[in-house]
Amino acid sequence: MKKIMIFILLLLTAVTFSYAERIKIEGSTTVLPIAQRAAEQFMELHEDANISVKGGGSGVGIAALIDGVCDIADASRAIKQEELDKAVSKGKDPKAHMIAMDGICVIVHPSNNIQQLTRAQLKDIFTGKIKNWSEVGGIPEKIVAISRDSSSGTYEAFGELALNKAKVRTDALMQASNQAVATTVAQTPSSIGYVGLGFVTPSVKAVIIDDITPTKETVISAKYPLARPLYMYTNGAPSGQIKDFFDYLKGEEGSKIIEEEGYIPLK
Amino acid sequence: MNLHAKETWYRRLFAVTAFSTLIFLAGIIVTLFHGAWPLFREVNVIDFLAGRAWYPTHTPPEWGILPLIAGTMTVTAGAMLISVPLGVGSALYLYEIAGKEKHFIKPLIEILAGIPSVVYGFFGMAVAAPFIRNFLDLPVGLCAFTASLILGIMAVPFICSLTEDALRMVPKSFREASLALGASRWQTLVKVIVPAAGSGISTAVILGMSRIIGETMTVLMISGGAAVIPKSIFSPVRPMTSTIAAEMGEAAMGSLHYHALFGIGLVLFLMTLLLNITAEFISRRFRLKLGLTQ
Repeated sequence: MKKIMIFILLLLTAVTFSYAERIKIEGSTTVLPIAQRAAEQFMELHEDANISVKGGGSGVGIAALIDGVCDIADASRAIKQEELDKAVSKGKDPKAHMIAMDGICVIVHPSNNIQQLTRAQLKDIFTGKIKNWSEVGGIPEKIVAISRDSSSGTYEAFGELALNKAKVRTDALMQASNQAVATTVAQTPSSIGYVGLGFVTPSVKAVIIDDITPTKETVISAKYPLARPLYMYTNGAPSGQIKDFFDYLKGEEGSKIIEEEGYIPLK
Repeated sequence: MNLHAKETWYRRLFAVTAFSTLIFLAGIIVTLFHGAWPLFREVNVIDFLAGRAWYPTHTPPEWGILPLIAGTMTVTAGAMLISVPLGVGSALYLYEIAGKEKHFIKPLIEILAGIPSVVYGFFGMAVAAPFIRNFLDLPVGLCAFTASLILGIMAVPFICSLTEDALRMVPKSFREASLALGASRWQTLVKVIVPAAGSGISTAVILGMSRIIGETMTVLMISGGAAVIPKSIFSPVRPMTSTIAAEMGEAAMGSLHYHALFGIGLVLFLMTLLLNITAEFISRRFRLKLGLTQ
Protein backbone atom coordinates (compact mmCIF):
# COMPACT_ATOMS: atom_id res chain seq x y z
CA MET A 1 0.00 0.00 0.00
CA LYS A 2 2.75 2.38 1.00
CA LYS A 3 4.64 1.51 -2.14
CA ILE A 4 1.66 2.38 -4.27
CA MET A 5 1.24 5.69 -2.46
CA ILE A 6 4.86 6.58 -3.06
CA PHE A 7 4.53 5.59 -6.68
CA ILE A 8 1.48 7.79 -7.15
CA LEU A 9 3.20 10.66 -5.38
CA LEU A 10 6.21 10.27 -7.66
CA LEU A 11 3.99 10.15 -10.69
CA LEU A 12 2.20 13.31 -9.63
CA THR A 13 5.43 15.24 -9.08
CA ALA A 14 6.68 13.98 -12.44
CA VAL A 15 3.52 15.27 -14.10
CA THR A 16 3.68 18.68 -12.44
CA PHE A 17 7.38 18.85 -13.12
CA SER A 18 7.01 18.21 -16.85
CA TYR A 19 4.03 20.54 -16.93
CA ALA A 20 6.10 23.32 -15.42
CA GLU A 21 8.75 22.84 -18.07
CA ARG A 22 6.31 23.33 -20.90
CA ILE A 23 6.88 26.63 -22.71
CA LYS A 24 4.10 28.06 -24.82
CA ILE A 25 4.86 30.51 -27.60
CA GLU A 26 2.08 32.25 -29.47
CA GLY A 27 1.62 35.23 -31.78
CA SER A 28 2.80 36.86 -34.98
CA THR A 29 2.95 34.74 -38.11
CA THR A 30 6.00 36.76 -39.18
CA VAL A 31 7.95 35.58 -36.16
CA LEU A 32 6.42 32.10 -36.34
CA PRO A 33 9.07 30.51 -38.63
CA ILE A 34 11.87 31.73 -36.37
CA ALA A 35 10.13 30.56 -33.20
CA GLN A 36 9.24 27.24 -34.79
CA ARG A 37 12.74 26.35 -35.92
CA ALA A 38 14.42 27.72 -32.83
CA ALA A 39 12.04 25.66 -30.68
CA GLU A 40 12.71 22.49 -32.67
CA GLN A 41 16.46 22.85 -32.48
CA PHE A 42 16.37 23.91 -28.84
CA MET A 43 14.35 20.82 -27.97
CA GLU A 44 16.89 18.66 -29.75
CA LEU A 45 19.63 20.09 -27.55
CA HIS A 46 17.58 19.99 -24.34
CA GLU A 47 15.73 16.74 -24.01
CA ASP A 48 13.67 17.93 -21.05
CA ALA A 49 12.42 21.00 -22.94
CA ASN A 50 8.89 21.02 -24.24
CA ILE A 51 7.98 24.02 -26.35
CA SER A 52 4.77 24.49 -28.27
CA VAL A 53 4.54 27.19 -30.95
CA LYS A 54 1.37 28.72 -32.35
CA GLY A 55 0.61 31.51 -34.82
CA GLY A 56 -2.50 33.67 -34.67
CA GLY A 57 -1.08 37.17 -35.01
CA SER A 58 0.69 39.70 -32.81
CA GLY A 59 -2.52 40.82 -31.09
CA VAL A 60 -3.55 37.26 -30.29
CA GLY A 61 -0.11 36.51 -28.84
CA ILE A 62 -0.03 39.56 -26.60
CA ALA A 63 -3.60 38.90 -25.43
CA ALA A 64 -2.57 35.34 -24.56
CA LEU A 65 0.42 36.63 -22.60
CA ILE A 66 -1.80 39.01 -20.64
CA ASP A 67 -4.24 36.19 -19.89
CA GLY A 68 -1.37 33.99 -18.80
CA VAL A 69 -2.11 31.40 -21.51
CA CYS A 70 1.33 31.63 -23.10
CA ASP A 71 4.85 32.29 -21.83
CA ILE A 72 6.27 34.06 -24.84
CA ALA A 73 4.27 36.30 -27.18
CA ASP A 74 5.64 36.81 -30.68
CA ALA A 75 4.94 40.26 -32.09
CA SER A 76 5.87 42.07 -35.27
CA ARG A 77 5.00 45.39 -33.62
CA ALA A 78 5.57 47.02 -30.25
CA ILE A 79 2.97 46.49 -27.54
CA LYS A 80 0.21 49.11 -27.58
CA GLN A 81 -0.51 51.39 -24.62
CA GLU A 82 -3.96 49.89 -24.02
CA GLU A 83 -2.47 46.39 -24.03
CA LEU A 84 0.11 47.55 -21.53
CA ASP A 85 -2.59 49.06 -19.31
CA LYS A 86 -4.58 45.85 -19.45
CA ALA A 87 -1.49 43.82 -18.58
CA VAL A 88 -0.73 46.02 -15.58
CA SER A 89 -4.33 45.76 -14.36
CA LYS A 90 -3.95 41.98 -14.44
CA GLY A 91 -0.70 42.12 -12.55
CA LYS A 92 1.45 41.26 -15.54
CA ASP A 93 4.71 42.90 -16.51
CA PRO A 94 5.39 42.51 -20.25
CA LYS A 95 9.08 42.70 -21.14
CA ALA A 96 10.12 43.25 -24.75
CA HIS A 97 12.96 41.33 -26.35
CA MET A 98 13.95 42.48 -29.79
CA ILE A 99 15.06 39.35 -31.59
CA ALA A 100 15.53 40.35 -35.22
CA MET A 101 14.82 42.97 -37.86
CA ASP A 102 12.46 42.43 -40.74
CA GLY A 103 13.47 44.36 -43.84
CA ILE A 104 11.35 44.28 -46.96
CA CYS A 105 13.17 44.89 -50.17
CA VAL A 106 11.43 46.23 -53.26
CA ILE A 107 12.79 44.46 -56.34
CA VAL A 108 12.58 45.02 -60.08
CA HIS A 109 14.03 43.28 -63.13
CA PRO A 110 17.77 44.05 -63.61
CA SER A 111 17.03 45.62 -67.01
CA ASN A 112 14.70 48.20 -65.46
CA ASN A 113 16.27 51.69 -65.50
CA ILE A 114 14.53 52.69 -62.26
CA GLN A 115 17.08 53.00 -59.45
CA GLN A 116 14.98 54.55 -56.74
CA LEU A 117 11.43 55.34 -55.70
CA THR A 118 9.87 57.36 -52.95
CA ARG A 119 7.52 55.73 -50.51
CA ALA A 120 4.65 57.70 -51.99
CA GLN A 121 5.45 56.40 -55.47
CA LEU A 122 5.77 52.87 -54.12
CA LYS A 123 2.38 53.15 -52.50
CA ASP A 124 0.80 54.49 -55.68
CA ILE A 125 2.32 51.67 -57.72
CA PHE A 126 1.04 48.95 -55.43
CA THR A 127 -2.39 50.46 -54.96
CA GLY A 128 -2.79 50.90 -58.72
CA LYS A 129 -2.68 54.70 -58.96
CA ILE A 130 0.52 54.56 -61.00
CA LYS A 131 0.11 52.06 -63.80
CA ASN A 132 3.00 52.85 -66.12
CA TRP A 133 6.75 53.01 -65.54
CA SER A 134 6.90 56.32 -67.45
CA GLU A 135 5.04 57.98 -64.56
CA VAL A 136 8.03 57.42 -62.30
CA GLY A 137 10.71 58.17 -64.88
CA GLY A 138 10.99 54.80 -66.57
CA ILE A 139 10.29 53.54 -70.07
CA PRO A 140 6.63 53.62 -71.18
CA GLU A 141 5.61 50.14 -70.19
CA LYS A 142 2.79 48.75 -68.09
CA ILE A 143 3.75 47.96 -64.51
CA VAL A 144 3.19 44.37 -63.42
CA ALA A 145 2.87 44.37 -59.63
CA ILE A 146 3.79 41.19 -57.82
CA SER A 147 2.74 40.67 -54.24
CA ARG A 148 2.80 37.96 -51.60
CA ASP A 149 -0.41 36.12 -50.76
CA SER A 150 -2.74 38.15 -48.61
CA SER A 151 -2.35 35.88 -45.61
CA SER A 152 1.44 35.96 -45.42
CA GLY A 153 3.33 37.92 -42.80
CA THR A 154 5.38 39.69 -45.46
CA TYR A 155 2.19 40.94 -47.12
CA GLU A 156 0.95 42.21 -43.80
CA ALA A 157 4.26 43.96 -43.08
CA PHE A 158 4.38 45.50 -46.53
CA GLY A 159 0.82 46.71 -46.14
CA GLU A 160 1.70 48.43 -42.89
CA LEU A 161 5.13 49.81 -43.80
CA ALA A 162 4.64 50.79 -47.41
CA LEU A 163 0.91 51.12 -48.07
CA ASN A 164 -0.35 52.54 -44.76
CA LYS A 165 -2.81 49.64 -44.74
CA ALA A 166 -4.28 50.53 -48.13
CA LYS A 167 -5.37 47.65 -50.36
CA VAL A 168 -3.00 46.12 -52.86
CA ARG A 169 -4.38 46.57 -56.40
CA THR A 170 -6.60 43.70 -57.51
CA ASP A 171 -4.57 42.90 -60.60
CA ALA A 172 -1.39 42.26 -58.62
CA LEU A 173 0.00 38.76 -59.06
CA MET A 174 -0.17 37.03 -55.70
CA GLN A 175 2.64 34.55 -55.20
CA ALA A 176 2.80 31.90 -52.52
CA SER A 177 6.40 32.43 -51.37
CA ASN A 178 9.24 34.94 -51.28
CA GLN A 179 11.06 32.65 -53.68
CA ALA A 180 8.18 32.67 -56.16
CA VAL A 181 8.06 36.49 -56.09
CA ALA A 182 11.81 36.69 -56.79
CA THR A 183 11.57 34.16 -59.63
CA THR A 184 8.62 35.94 -61.25
CA VAL A 185 10.34 39.33 -61.04
CA ALA A 186 13.51 37.85 -62.53
CA GLN A 187 11.48 36.54 -65.48
CA THR A 188 9.32 39.61 -66.06
CA PRO A 189 11.07 42.81 -67.25
CA SER A 190 8.26 45.23 -66.40
CA SER A 191 7.49 43.86 -62.97
CA ILE A 192 7.96 45.08 -59.42
CA GLY A 193 7.74 42.93 -56.32
CA TYR A 194 8.83 42.79 -52.71
CA VAL A 195 10.63 40.14 -50.69
CA GLY A 196 12.36 39.78 -47.36
CA LEU A 197 15.88 41.17 -47.51
CA GLY A 198 17.30 37.66 -47.31
CA PHE A 199 15.70 36.69 -50.60
CA VAL A 200 17.32 39.28 -52.84
CA THR A 201 19.36 37.46 -55.50
CA PRO A 202 21.64 38.74 -58.27
CA SER A 203 18.90 38.06 -60.83
CA VAL A 204 16.78 40.93 -59.47
CA LYS A 205 17.56 44.54 -58.62
CA ALA A 206 16.82 46.08 -55.22
CA VAL A 207 15.27 49.54 -55.41
CA ILE A 208 16.48 52.43 -53.26
CA ILE A 209 13.57 53.77 -51.20
CA ASP A 210 13.55 57.42 -50.01
CA ASP A 211 17.29 57.61 -50.80
CA ILE A 212 18.14 54.68 -48.53
CA THR A 213 19.66 51.54 -50.01
CA PRO A 214 18.34 48.41 -48.31
CA THR A 215 21.29 46.70 -46.67
CA LYS A 216 21.76 44.82 -43.44
CA GLU A 217 23.13 47.97 -41.82
CA THR A 218 20.32 50.31 -42.87
CA VAL A 219 17.75 47.73 -41.81
CA ILE A 220 19.30 47.10 -38.38
CA SER A 221 19.57 50.82 -37.73
CA ALA A 222 15.96 51.21 -38.95
CA LYS A 223 17.08 53.96 -41.35
CA TYR A 224 15.56 52.03 -44.23
CA PRO A 225 11.85 52.88 -44.27
CA LEU A 226 10.56 49.35 -44.93
CA ALA A 227 12.13 47.85 -41.84
CA ARG A 228 10.65 46.90 -38.51
CA PRO A 229 11.83 45.13 -35.40
CA LEU A 230 10.43 41.74 -34.42
CA TYR A 231 9.78 41.13 -30.75
CA MET A 232 9.14 38.40 -28.27
CA TYR A 233 7.38 39.46 -25.08
CA THR A 234 7.66 37.69 -21.74
CA ASN A 235 5.96 38.29 -18.44
CA GLY A 236 8.72 39.78 -16.31
CA ALA A 237 12.35 38.99 -16.93
CA PRO A 238 12.76 35.48 -18.34
CA SER A 239 14.12 32.83 -16.04
CA GLY A 240 14.89 29.13 -16.15
CA GLN A 241 14.40 27.43 -19.46
CA ILE A 242 12.78 30.48 -21.06
CA LYS A 243 15.99 32.39 -20.39
CA ASP A 244 17.99 29.52 -21.90
CA PHE A 245 15.76 29.70 -24.95
CA PHE A 246 16.42 33.43 -25.37
CA ASP A 247 20.15 32.89 -24.92
CA TYR A 248 19.98 30.27 -27.64
CA LEU A 249 17.97 32.52 -29.95
CA LYS A 250 20.33 35.45 -29.47
CA GLY A 251 23.41 33.28 -29.85
CA GLU A 252 25.15 32.09 -32.97
CA GLU A 253 22.72 29.27 -33.73
CA GLY A 254 19.73 31.55 -33.32
CA SER A 255 21.24 34.13 -35.65
CA LYS A 256 21.73 31.44 -38.24
CA ILE A 257 18.07 30.44 -38.03
CA ILE A 258 16.98 34.07 -38.27
CA GLU A 259 19.13 34.59 -41.33
CA GLU A 260 17.91 31.40 -43.00
CA GLU A 261 14.31 32.44 -42.52
CA GLY A 262 15.02 35.66 -44.40
CA TYR A 263 15.27 38.08 -41.48
CA ILE A 264 18.18 40.09 -40.13
CA PRO A 265 19.78 39.02 -36.86
CA LEU A 266 20.75 41.91 -34.61
CA LYS A 267 24.43 40.96 -34.49
CA MET B 1 -22.28 -25.00 -45.75
CA ASN B 2 -18.72 -23.89 -45.31
CA LEU B 3 -18.70 -22.54 -48.81
CA HIS B 4 -21.92 -20.73 -48.18
CA ALA B 5 -20.58 -19.09 -45.04
CA LYS B 6 -17.48 -18.01 -46.91
CA GLU B 7 -19.57 -16.45 -49.61
CA THR B 8 -21.61 -14.50 -47.07
CA TRP B 9 -18.38 -13.17 -45.60
CA TYR B 10 -17.06 -12.06 -48.94
CA ARG B 11 -20.31 -10.36 -49.68
CA ARG B 12 -20.15 -8.48 -46.39
CA LEU B 13 -16.52 -7.54 -46.88
CA PHE B 14 -17.12 -6.00 -50.26
CA ALA B 15 -20.29 -4.30 -49.07
CA VAL B 16 -18.21 -2.65 -46.36
CA THR B 17 -15.58 -1.46 -48.83
CA ALA B 18 -18.24 -0.13 -51.17
CA PHE B 19 -20.11 1.66 -48.43
CA SER B 20 -16.94 3.09 -46.90
CA THR B 21 -16.61 5.28 -50.00
CA LEU B 22 -20.10 6.54 -49.28
CA ILE B 23 -19.10 7.31 -45.71
CA PHE B 24 -16.10 9.33 -46.92
CA LEU B 25 -18.30 11.21 -49.37
CA ALA B 26 -20.85 11.99 -46.70
CA GLY B 27 -18.06 13.03 -44.36
CA ILE B 28 -16.60 15.42 -46.89
CA ILE B 29 -19.98 16.95 -47.70
CA VAL B 30 -20.80 17.41 -44.03
CA THR B 31 -17.36 18.95 -43.36
CA LEU B 32 -17.73 21.37 -46.26
CA PHE B 33 -21.17 22.54 -45.20
CA HIS B 34 -20.18 22.66 -41.56
CA GLY B 35 -17.00 24.59 -42.32
CA ALA B 36 -18.72 27.06 -44.62
CA TRP B 37 -21.77 27.62 -42.42
CA PRO B 38 -20.28 30.27 -40.05
CA LEU B 39 -19.39 32.39 -43.07
CA PHE B 40 -22.90 32.44 -44.42
CA ARG B 41 -24.23 33.58 -41.08
CA GLU B 42 -22.23 36.79 -41.52
CA VAL B 43 -21.92 37.15 -45.26
CA ASN B 44 -24.81 37.10 -47.68
CA VAL B 45 -24.57 34.22 -50.20
CA ILE B 46 -25.19 36.63 -53.09
CA ASP B 47 -22.44 38.99 -51.88
CA PHE B 48 -20.14 36.01 -51.59
CA LEU B 49 -20.84 34.64 -55.07
CA ALA B 50 -21.19 37.93 -56.93
CA GLY B 51 -18.81 40.19 -54.98
CA ARG B 52 -15.96 41.51 -57.08
CA ALA B 53 -13.31 42.00 -54.41
CA TRP B 54 -11.45 39.28 -52.51
CA TYR B 55 -9.58 40.91 -49.61
CA PRO B 56 -9.81 38.32 -46.86
CA THR B 57 -7.16 39.78 -44.55
CA HIS B 58 -7.93 43.44 -44.99
CA THR B 59 -9.86 45.47 -42.40
CA PRO B 60 -12.72 45.45 -43.17
CA PRO B 61 -12.43 42.21 -45.18
CA GLU B 62 -14.21 41.64 -48.48
CA TRP B 63 -15.43 38.21 -49.46
CA GLY B 64 -16.38 38.37 -53.15
CA ILE B 65 -15.37 35.24 -55.04
CA LEU B 66 -16.63 36.27 -58.48
CA PRO B 67 -13.04 36.96 -59.67
CA LEU B 68 -12.03 33.51 -58.46
CA ILE B 69 -14.95 31.82 -60.21
CA ALA B 70 -14.15 33.82 -63.35
CA GLY B 71 -10.52 32.71 -63.07
CA THR B 72 -11.51 29.06 -62.84
CA MET B 73 -13.93 29.40 -65.77
CA THR B 74 -11.40 31.16 -68.01
CA VAL B 75 -8.65 28.65 -67.35
CA THR B 76 -11.06 25.73 -67.80
CA ALA B 77 -12.52 27.04 -71.04
CA GLY B 78 -9.05 27.63 -72.46
CA ALA B 79 -7.84 24.21 -71.39
CA MET B 80 -10.88 22.55 -73.02
CA LEU B 81 -10.10 24.26 -76.31
CA ILE B 82 -6.73 22.55 -76.25
CA SER B 83 -7.48 19.20 -74.67
CA VAL B 84 -10.69 18.28 -76.52
CA PRO B 85 -9.33 18.46 -80.09
CA LEU B 86 -6.05 16.85 -79.05
CA GLY B 87 -7.65 14.18 -76.86
CA VAL B 88 -10.49 13.23 -79.18
CA GLY B 89 -8.21 13.49 -82.22
CA SER B 90 -5.63 11.14 -80.80
CA ALA B 91 -8.37 8.72 -79.74
CA LEU B 92 -9.75 8.67 -83.30
CA TYR B 93 -6.27 8.06 -84.62
CA LEU B 94 -5.65 5.23 -82.18
CA TYR B 95 -9.03 3.69 -82.93
CA GLU B 96 -9.18 3.96 -86.70
CA ILE B 97 -5.81 4.61 -88.26
CA ALA B 98 -2.99 3.47 -86.03
CA GLY B 99 -1.55 0.08 -86.81
CA LYS B 100 1.57 -1.14 -85.06
CA GLU B 101 2.47 2.33 -83.85
CA LYS B 102 -0.47 2.09 -81.48
CA HIS B 103 1.64 -0.13 -79.25
CA PHE B 104 3.98 2.67 -78.38
CA ILE B 105 1.75 5.74 -78.84
CA LYS B 106 -0.82 4.61 -76.32
CA PRO B 107 1.67 3.91 -73.51
CA LEU B 108 3.38 7.21 -74.28
CA ILE B 109 0.12 9.12 -73.92
CA GLU B 110 -0.47 7.30 -70.68
CA ILE B 111 2.94 8.34 -69.36
CA LEU B 112 1.73 11.92 -69.77
CA ALA B 113 -1.04 11.06 -67.31
CA GLY B 114 1.49 9.78 -64.79
CA ILE B 115 3.50 13.00 -64.51
CA PRO B 116 2.80 14.65 -61.15
CA SER B 117 1.00 17.97 -61.44
CA VAL B 118 3.73 19.81 -59.55
CA VAL B 119 6.13 18.85 -62.33
CA TYR B 120 3.75 20.31 -64.90
CA GLY B 121 3.61 23.43 -62.76
CA PHE B 122 7.36 23.61 -62.55
CA PHE B 123 7.68 23.18 -66.29
CA GLY B 124 5.05 25.88 -66.84
CA MET B 125 6.76 28.30 -64.48
CA ALA B 126 10.33 27.78 -65.63
CA VAL B 127 9.89 27.09 -69.34
CA ALA B 128 6.43 27.81 -70.74
CA ALA B 129 5.71 31.12 -68.99
CA PRO B 130 8.96 32.93 -69.99
CA PHE B 131 8.67 31.52 -73.51
CA ILE B 132 5.06 32.65 -73.94
CA ARG B 133 5.88 36.06 -72.50
CA ASN B 134 8.68 36.58 -75.02
CA PHE B 135 6.89 34.98 -77.93
CA LEU B 136 3.61 36.91 -77.57
CA ASP B 137 5.26 40.01 -76.11
CA LEU B 138 3.08 39.99 -72.99
CA PRO B 139 3.87 41.97 -69.85
CA VAL B 140 3.82 38.75 -67.81
CA GLY B 141 3.93 35.06 -68.72
CA LEU B 142 2.02 33.77 -65.71
CA CYS B 143 -1.51 34.15 -67.02
CA ALA B 144 -4.71 32.30 -67.85
CA PHE B 145 -3.35 31.36 -71.27
CA THR B 146 -0.26 29.60 -69.91
CA ALA B 147 -2.34 27.83 -67.27
CA SER B 148 -4.87 26.76 -69.94
CA LEU B 149 -2.12 25.42 -72.15
CA ILE B 150 -0.51 23.31 -69.45
CA LEU B 151 -3.83 22.10 -68.00
CA GLY B 152 -5.03 21.29 -71.51
CA ILE B 153 -2.00 19.09 -72.09
CA MET B 154 -2.54 17.45 -68.70
CA ALA B 155 -6.10 16.50 -69.58
CA VAL B 156 -5.27 15.03 -73.01
CA PRO B 157 -4.47 11.46 -71.85
CA PHE B 158 -7.60 11.42 -69.71
CA ILE B 159 -9.92 12.51 -72.51
CA CYS B 160 -8.10 10.36 -75.06
CA SER B 161 -8.40 7.09 -73.18
CA LEU B 162 -12.04 7.65 -72.18
CA THR B 163 -12.92 8.58 -75.77
CA GLU B 164 -11.16 5.52 -77.10
CA ASP B 165 -13.12 3.35 -74.69
CA ALA B 166 -16.34 4.95 -75.91
CA LEU B 167 -15.40 4.25 -79.54
CA ARG B 168 -14.56 0.64 -78.73
CA MET B 169 -17.93 0.18 -77.05
CA VAL B 170 -19.70 0.76 -80.38
CA PRO B 171 -20.71 -2.77 -81.48
CA LYS B 172 -18.78 -4.19 -84.43
CA SER B 173 -22.05 -4.81 -86.24
CA PHE B 174 -22.55 -1.03 -86.67
CA ARG B 175 -19.29 -0.78 -88.51
CA GLU B 176 -19.80 -3.91 -90.58
CA ALA B 177 -23.29 -2.81 -91.60
CA SER B 178 -22.01 0.58 -92.68
CA LEU B 179 -19.14 -0.83 -94.71
CA ALA B 180 -21.48 -3.43 -96.26
CA LEU B 181 -23.72 -0.61 -97.47
CA GLY B 182 -20.77 0.73 -99.41
CA ALA B 183 -19.70 3.53 -97.09
CA SER B 184 -16.00 4.38 -97.04
CA ARG B 185 -13.93 4.12 -93.85
CA TRP B 186 -14.08 7.90 -93.37
CA GLN B 187 -17.86 7.96 -93.87
CA THR B 188 -18.27 5.09 -91.44
CA LEU B 189 -16.15 6.83 -88.84
CA VAL B 190 -17.76 10.25 -89.13
CA LYS B 191 -21.37 9.26 -89.81
CA VAL B 192 -21.74 6.05 -87.82
CA ILE B 193 -19.09 5.42 -85.19
CA VAL B 194 -18.63 8.94 -83.82
CA PRO B 195 -22.38 9.71 -83.59
CA ALA B 196 -22.96 6.35 -81.94
CA ALA B 197 -20.17 7.03 -79.47
CA GLY B 198 -21.25 10.67 -79.14
CA SER B 199 -22.58 10.57 -75.63
CA GLY B 200 -19.59 8.50 -74.53
CA ILE B 201 -17.30 11.16 -75.95
CA SER B 202 -19.32 13.88 -74.22
CA THR B 203 -18.87 12.01 -70.96
CA ALA B 204 -15.13 11.90 -71.56
CA VAL B 205 -15.07 15.63 -72.22
CA ILE B 206 -17.12 16.48 -69.16
CA LEU B 207 -15.04 14.29 -66.86
CA GLY B 208 -11.92 15.87 -68.33
CA MET B 209 -13.44 19.25 -67.55
CA SER B 210 -14.16 18.44 -63.93
CA ARG B 211 -10.57 17.26 -63.61
CA ILE B 212 -9.27 20.54 -64.97
CA ILE B 213 -11.49 22.53 -62.62
CA GLY B 214 -10.16 20.65 -59.63
CA GLU B 215 -6.50 20.89 -60.57
CA THR B 216 -4.64 22.86 -57.92
CA MET B 217 -0.88 22.72 -57.84
CA THR B 218 -0.32 23.61 -61.47
CA VAL B 219 -2.62 26.63 -61.48
CA LEU B 220 -1.19 27.80 -58.19
CA MET B 221 2.22 27.91 -59.83
CA ILE B 222 1.41 29.36 -63.23
CA SER B 223 -1.87 31.24 -63.30
CA GLY B 224 -0.38 34.40 -61.78
CA GLY B 225 -2.71 34.64 -58.82
CA ALA B 226 -4.35 38.04 -59.32
CA ALA B 227 -7.85 38.03 -57.87
CA VAL B 228 -9.37 40.12 -60.65
CA ILE B 229 -11.97 39.34 -63.30
CA PRO B 230 -9.77 38.70 -66.37
CA LYS B 231 -10.08 41.14 -69.26
CA SER B 232 -8.59 38.63 -71.68
CA ILE B 233 -7.08 35.16 -71.73
CA PHE B 234 -3.69 36.81 -71.29
CA SER B 235 -4.56 38.31 -67.89
CA PRO B 236 -3.28 36.73 -64.71
CA VAL B 237 -6.06 34.94 -62.82
CA ARG B 238 -6.59 33.33 -59.45
CA PRO B 239 -8.65 30.15 -59.71
CA MET B 240 -10.62 28.90 -56.70
CA THR B 241 -8.42 25.88 -56.07
CA SER B 242 -5.20 27.84 -55.85
CA THR B 243 -6.84 30.36 -53.52
CA ILE B 244 -7.68 27.60 -51.09
CA ALA B 245 -4.24 26.02 -51.39
CA ALA B 246 -2.37 29.28 -50.96
CA GLU B 247 -4.39 30.65 -48.07
CA MET B 248 -5.48 27.67 -45.99
CA GLY B 249 -2.04 27.27 -44.40
CA GLU B 250 -2.01 30.77 -43.02
CA ALA B 251 -5.66 31.48 -42.25
CA ALA B 252 -6.19 31.33 -38.50
CA MET B 253 -8.32 28.30 -37.66
CA GLY B 254 -11.88 29.30 -36.86
CA SER B 255 -11.53 32.77 -38.38
CA LEU B 256 -13.98 34.03 -40.96
CA HIS B 257 -11.24 33.71 -43.57
CA TYR B 258 -10.90 30.02 -42.73
CA HIS B 259 -14.64 29.51 -43.15
CA ALA B 260 -14.63 31.50 -46.39
CA LEU B 261 -12.09 29.05 -47.82
CA PHE B 262 -14.48 26.24 -46.92
CA GLY B 263 -17.15 28.25 -48.71
CA ILE B 264 -15.01 28.29 -51.86
CA GLY B 265 -14.47 24.56 -51.47
CA LEU B 266 -18.21 24.06 -51.25
CA VAL B 267 -18.87 26.06 -54.43
CA LEU B 268 -16.14 24.11 -56.20
CA PHE B 269 -17.60 20.83 -55.01
CA LEU B 270 -21.09 21.76 -56.22
CA MET B 271 -19.68 22.74 -59.61
CA THR B 272 -17.87 19.44 -60.16
CA LEU B 273 -20.82 17.51 -58.72
CA LEU B 274 -23.06 19.08 -61.32
CA LEU B 275 -20.61 18.14 -64.07
CA ASN B 276 -20.31 14.57 -62.84
CA ILE B 277 -24.07 14.14 -62.62
CA THR B 278 -24.40 15.45 -66.17
CA ALA B 279 -21.71 13.02 -67.32
CA GLU B 280 -23.42 10.11 -65.61
CA PHE B 281 -26.77 11.06 -67.13
CA ILE B 282 -25.35 11.29 -70.65
CA SER B 283 -23.40 8.06 -70.39
CA ARG B 284 -26.51 6.20 -69.23
CA ARG B 285 -28.31 7.38 -72.34
CA PHE B 286 -25.30 6.35 -74.37
CA ARG B 287 -25.45 2.78 -73.15
CA LEU B 288 -29.18 2.63 -73.80
CA LYS B 289 -28.73 3.96 -77.30
CA LEU B 290 -26.23 1.24 -78.14
CA GLY B 291 -28.66 -1.35 -76.86
CA LEU B 292 -26.41 -2.24 -73.94
CA THR B 293 -27.98 -2.95 -70.59
CA GLN B 294 -27.38 -0.42 -67.85
